[in-house]
Amino acid sequence: MKLQLKTFGVTRELLGGRVVDWQFEGKTVGELKRELFSRYPSLADLQSLQVAVNQTFAEDNQPLTATDEVALIPPMNGG
Amino acid sequence: MIKITEQPIDIQKVIDTASAPGAGATNVFIGTVRDHASDKKVMWLEYESYESMAVAETRKIIDEAAAKWPLMGWAVSHRMGTLKPGEVAVAVAVSTKHRKESFEACQYIIDSLKYRVPIFKKEVFEDGAEWVSAKPDLTLPKN
Repeated sequence: MKLQLKTFGVTRELLGGRVVDWQFEGKTVGELKRELFSRYPSLADLQSLQVAVNQTFAEDNQPLTATDEVALIPPMNGG
Repeated sequence: MIKITEQPIDIQKVIDTASAPGAGATNVFIGTVRDHASDKKVMWLEYESYESMAVAETRKIIDEAAAKWPLMGWAVSHRMGTLKPGEVAVAVAVSTKHRKESFEACQYIIDSLKYRVPIFKKEVFEDGAEWVSAKPDLTLPKN
């Protein structure tokens, strides 16, 4: 399925856009992360990479659908 | 009030919003930009956020705080964009009947905000820039 990934901070710079089209071959958040790490090995070097689905942090086993709002969340540093 | 803004933070407005007639304590946390990080001079910081989720996550933190302490009023304002040393990045205010719970609730909110709200910070030094990735609860010096 085709996903549109929202990116922020270091993930925006690594993927090269605020919203990135992604042809997703898997089903779950964990599989998306594996695809991303394979294409962008630098992402795996981050202290953390979380995925938010519809503005809520998602576990790796959560299934994704084409209508989900999917965002890559690198380490957070508010304050 | 939860505000994510490119404009300078109006601290008095944050305090006024959190104040309540029956409150005997208003506790305010003001986070400012340090002039050094990682033993290097900071030129400026760049903040960005996943704004809609940042507001939603902050709301969850406030709800949790309100369940733990008897909050009478509260306000959170976080600045985005380019900030120079000395500028205010975040202000949190809570009011309660007595001071103890206002200290505790204010600390809970700012501590939670630092690691749970999707806000991202880039430090710009004289010789380069880096997205901050250290966990705020770690006290180890950054590399």
